[in-house]
Amino acid sequence: MLSLEILLHSVVTGLMNGAVYALVAMGLTLIFGVLHIINFAHGSLLMVAMYGVFFAVTLLGIDPYVTIPFMMALMYFAGYGLQRYVIGNAGQGRDTNILLITLGAAVVMDNLALYLWTGDTRQLQLDYMMTVVDLGFALIPVTRIIAFVAACALFVAMWLVIERTNFGRAMRAVAKEPFGARVVGIDVDRVYAQTMGIGTACLGAAAALLLPIFYVNPQIGNVFVLLAFTIVVLGSMGNIVGALVGGLLVGLVESVGGFFLGDRLGQVGIFVIFILILTFRPQGLFSARV
Amino acid sequence: MVRITTLALLLAAVPLFVQSNHLLGLFIAVLFSAYLAQSWNILGGLCGQFSFGHAAFFGVGLYSSLILQVDFGWPAPLALVSAAVAGAVTGLFVGFVSFRYGLRGSYFALVTLAFAEILRMTASVVSFTGAGSGKYLPTRLGIEHLQFSKSGYFYFILVLFVLVHLLVLAIQNSRLGARFAAIREDEEAASALGVDVFRYKMIAILISSAVAGVGGCFYGQYYFYTDPHIAFGAAVSIEMLLAPIIGGAGTLFGPIVGAVVLRVAAELGQSLTGGVPGFNLILYGIMVILIVRYMPDGLIGGLRRPWALMRRRPTATAG
Repeated sequence: MLSLEILLHSVVTGLMNGAVYALVAMGLTLIFGVLHIINFAHGSLLMVAMYGVFFAVTLLGIDPYVTIPFMMALMYFAGYGLQRYVIGNAGQGRDTNILLITLGAAVVMDNLALYLWTGDTRQLQLDYMMTVVDLGFALIPVTRIIAFVAACALFVAMWLVIERTNFGRAMRAVAKEPFGARVVGIDVDRVYAQTMGIGTACLGAAAALLLPIFYVNPQIGNVFVLLAFTIVVLGSMGNIVGALVGGLLVGLVESVGGFFLGDRLGQVGIFVIFILILTFRPQGLFSARV
Repeated sequence: MVRITTLALLLAAVPLFVQSNHLLGLFIAVLFSAYLAQSWNILGGLCGQFSFGHAAFFGVGLYSSLILQVDFGWPAPLALVSAAVAGAVTGLFVGFVSFRYGLRGSYFALVTLAFAEILRMTASVVSFTGAGSGKYLPTRLGIEHLQFSKSGYFYFILVLFVLVHLLVLAIQNSRLGARFAAIREDEEAASALGVDVFRYKMIAILISSAVAGVGGCFYGQYYFYTDPHIAFGAAVSIEMLLAPIIGGAGTLFGPIVGAVVLRVAAELGQSLTGGVPGFNLILYGIMVILIVRYMPDGLIGGLRRPWALMRRRPTATAG
């Protein structure tokens, strides 16, 4: 009986983590869907954003959730600049070149963080972090609930931007047919940079939501980048809704797998899924679409 | 052939002149990097399949060699052979699941990366790898244990280094190398011309991962220790692919040039900053971005181009 309760608890925790993973993955899948590049720097950008939130809280005394709009704006410009001045410039459209450049950028960021902020693992200490909410069947920390709700809200907002605005329309046009988009007068390079910006802005929000339930160190990006890749592949590269479903699924596998196999092997389960999906159904569970 | 022999003879004389153990250690590190770089180069450079997880093959070789010696009492030379076999088996498995379904480019990179990560996590949990605390090799000096003095290790890695370069040269000059190049340049065209793409990619990953496995064995004999991070960490994969790319992927001497540049940069970075952690990797990252930007064919290709232009110009004006 008790174990059933714990199982239920790990299901809920898994779904809540999954929503935040989905937010990280949404940025990645958006970038992949429109620019058709695999951004190895995604995890490192998340790590940088998490440090940003951490210092905003510890040095400036701002609440982590208040930093969300600022972090999103900052990360937007970081992503925009990265695409416009580094990747777009140096990649020359070759797949492997772009991979290498994003990898290089990730290595630089990770180690710059190590150099500047040492390898110590840091955690936030906030008074409401210990508060739990009784959902009737499980006791969940309030920080996780906030993360879940905010991630879902951002998800909906992003979906509306893509489906309902002119900018979203331009983005979808570029994703489908860059040449045709150029012909009808869309500034393709600008859309690329903006997409990278938005994809990276998701990380700003994700960082603020993750930090109160997680920790930050210079390697944290690697933890999330593989997770995000798994989700993106699972939910079909470039598919936003797929990223949400994939994120929830991966969160679930991780926490339920951890329940049955122990914490560390729960993570192994994710990678096994990753490889199975990549090999047997590389197009993912859904069809690709931005 | 002549150039490799000359290089080998020159290098063989190094321990006669270099007395400092530190400097000899640097030579060993460079040769070892070049060896591993060449292993990546066989699959990534010659055959064009970019692996982002070569640490998987290196680490499997490293662990299997240590475990077989320590827990099963195998003699070191046999462990060396089994490291090659273990690496090759891992390579064949990774190759089979990814090439079978036509994964390439970014997808292949992701699969290899994920394999290395799975192995890293598994190695840090299961008990026969020593889990997180790692695996030690007891010191037993002597050639039958493949444990040497510093200059002995130098000759050990020099032999491996020469062998792998002869291997790459032999591949380049054979029909096998031509098929690899065809796959690298245009898979569809190669397939249309009757090259069995799957089969030759499997051969490439087989050779490449066996070579990496032997490299793992050398690491174990030289450092007497490994843990999951040393064996399967992303840093290993990154170093293995950066050297050939910086030097020039697919060329015979590119990996050597890349390994020298990376090691010297690391050494300079270390002495400039007094060993601040992460500094040399920052340099690596910047270097790779700049090289991809300005010399997409690596240092060798980048330097060859102006040289070729210079040589061509007189005939152009004459004509």
